[in-house]
Amino acid sequence: MNMIQALNSALDIKMAEDPTVLSFGEDAGYFGGVFRVTDKLQQKHGLTRSFDAPISETGIVGAAIGMAAYGLRPVVEIQFADYIYPAYDQIVSEAAKMRYRSGGQFTSPLTIRSPYGGGIFGGQTHSQSPESLFTHIAGLKVVIPSNPYDAKGLLTSAIEDDDPVVFFEPKRLYNGPFDGWHEKPVSPWKAQDLAQVPTGKYVEPIGKARVMKDGGDVTILAYGTMVWVALAGAEHAGVDAEVIDLRTLVPLDIETIEASVKKTGRCVIVHEAPRTSGFGGELSALVQERCFYHLEAPIARVTGWDTPYPHAFEWEYFPGPQRVADALKSVMSGGR
Amino acid sequence: MTIKNTQPLSLRVPEPSGRPGDAPDFSHLQLDPAGVVERPEVSSAPYDMRDHAFRLVRVLDDEGRAVGPWNPKLDPDTLRRGLKAMILTRAFDDRMHRAHRQGKTSFYMKCTGEEAIAVAQGMLLSREDMGFPTYRQQGLLIARGYPLATMMNQIYSNAEDPIKGRQLPIMYSAKDFGFFTISGNLGTQYPQAVGWAMASAYRGDDKIAITWIGDGSTAESDFHSALTFASVYRAPVILNIVNNQWAISSFQGIAGGLETTFASKAIGYGLPALRVDGNDFLAVWAATAWAEERARTNQGATVIELFTYRGAPHSTSDDPSRYRPGDEHEKWPLGDPLERLRQHLTVIGEWSDDQHAEALKDAVEEVRAAAKESEAIGTLGQSRPSVKTMFEEVYATEDWRLVEQRREVGV
Ligand SMILES: Cc1ncc(C[n+]2csc(CCOP(=O)(O)OP(=O)(O)O)c2C)c(N)n1
Repeated sequence: MNMIQALNSALDIKMAEDPTVLSFGEDAGYFGGVFRVTDKLQQKHGLTRSFDAPISETGIVGAAIGMAAYGLRPVVEIQFADYIYPAYDQIVSEAAKMRYRSGGQFTSPLTIRSPYGGGIFGGQTHSQSPESLFTHIAGLKVVIPSNPYDAKGLLTSAIEDDDPVVFFEPKRLYNGPFDGWHEKPVSPWKAQDLAQVPTGKYVEPIGKARVMKDGGDVTILAYGTMVWVALAGAEHAGVDAEVIDLRTLVPLDIETIEASVKKTGRCVIVHEAPRTSGFGGELSALVQERCFYHLEAPIARVTGWDTPYPHAFEWEYFPGPQRVADALKSVMSGGR
Repeated sequence: MTIKNTQPLSLRVPEPSGRPGDAPDFSHLQLDPAGVVERPEVSSAPYDMRDHAFRLVRVLDDEGRAVGPWNPKLDPDTLRRGLKAMILTRAFDDRMHRAHRQGKTSFYMKCTGEEAIAVAQGMLLSREDMGFPTYRQQGLLIARGYPLATMMNQIYSNAEDPIKGRQLPIMYSAKDFGFFTISGNLGTQYPQAVGWAMASAYRGDDKIAITWIGDGSTAESDFHSALTFASVYRAPVILNIVNNQWAISSFQGIAGGLETTFASKAIGYGLPALRVDGNDFLAVWAATAWAEERARTNQGATVIELFTYRGAPHSTSDDPSRYRPGDEHEKWPLGDPLERLRQHLTVIGEWSDDQHAEALKDAVEEVRAAAKESEAIGTLGQSRPSVKTMFEEVYATEDWRLVEQRREVGV
């Protein structure tokens, strides 16, 4: 399966087994979403289980909060992560705080799915990576899969989770893995082990990282599209890197990170979002706090720039394998 | 089991009158014939003209005659300029859509079927007034003579792109042409237009603002905030709602269009509303002139619903045959804005088939010449501004982080 089919399968199975699960969003009903993640759910499960929503992100999330408070498990789609900002108040001030402020009387078990990230010539409003705006907010879980197998297992867990989950889907990976060498042909998902997705139900736990590749020299922390860029960058640099796909930013699998950095003594963090106040800053602080005496070089960050996402300079903005390789070589020689 | 005397509730989700394979059905539309809707005084109280939010202002009848109290009585020269600008807009759209197919740009959006709106309103208002457009008002720039090659330079993100490679192809900014910078985030322009108009009033100037929003985007909070501000501060602004029936794959009922008209949203805010045939150049002109006079005489904002149909795909990434009847556009009961103005000019003896054929040819030629000029500079990926510009104008003055990051890129 590709990632779209895997996500669709998770939704399909959950809707079939649990009548409290429903799915809605802009163009998400009849047409199945602009990326077709919700394709055929309306035909299979009915008009009131999968439907088109007005173009009102505030309304979509606000209504989902109300439904969740009633006892449903709505899964809503924000068409592009760039359009999550109108819903920000509902997510941050409402969904995130519902359990805490009501003394547990009300909860918000909703899932907010949204395609994020660049590499598709989408310009500034179809390319952003806003995850750190949500990791900063107490009460939210933030999940970002990097492959079809995890996408299905993690989305299933997100729907079953009793907290609000922000679930970002790397749209550049929907149809195939993408390692950032944009001039080279892209391989399909079916060539990858992680695309061997069972058709039945399974879950992948929220809060557990995946070690994508064992290695002894340096730990690379990445998530989403950047997992594949990290693998390509390590190969290009010829460095024996351990590549960790975080999969969940909140809650974070700190044990896996700590064990790996203590083993390798070096750490490179890769994300697409701009550098300043990006999630890499948090990761860097955590690694420094817990692994300082094991570090043989300063921690390096490879990130998007502190500019809006530019249309024509996409590949200069996108943190590609060359930049990862440069960072790896730099930490291997003791940092800059 | 306890017996209750209440009924079980059920959830309603609206559905369009037709899907792929169905015959188009327009029986739900409320369409007044041309000429029958009265023209209220510009000073009318919104309360006294509530009916206009539910009627349909039309000037051109089926024979192409201009009838009724809304006839703006334009001179033939203005009509011909309008028709030519619409023809040019369509030719431009067609060429750029093809350019996308040929890999010369990443993205394009046509305004097919909606040309009368931006063209009439762009001709009528002054460039000193500020327009806060969506991505479907390219006709405004074209009607005002903005260089086509410059538009293309942005579409190709080439070295002469006026926005320096930073923005999506169709998200123009043209301050000198009264065209505010377009955002990809729907609806945000609406309250901004109201604020701009408030500023003009605050300063005692005589400029007004005009803005557009799609039927789908009226569901955004920004739309409702804008109407509140416009009403409370009596802002000199024209608030257009372009009801082209579709928001990507969602029909206008998903935005509430089956419950009431979009124009009637104005009523709750105490604003006057006009519902207008958006495929009728004369009706668009007349309604805009009415709203303009109201704004210029300090009587505040007007909401105008322009009733039209999005003939083309939503964008180059869309295939409408998967969610609506294939021939819905052809069967649209309000026709095609170009053909209707052509028919009118022909009926009044100011246009001929030969002139029309020549105008079509001229437009294609003008677009071709612009494309040649722009493509000589380069199409997407062949030519572009210096990478350095990626780090510029993020702030008014440079920030050390960006200086460092620019060095990392090596530019
Ligand atoms: C805040 C926000 N949400 C979602 C989108 C994605 N989107 C782009 S265009 C569009 C449909 C707009 O429909 P409508 O307002 O009717 O305008 P039309 O395209 O028909 O002219 C959507 C949902 C967006 N650009 N911004």
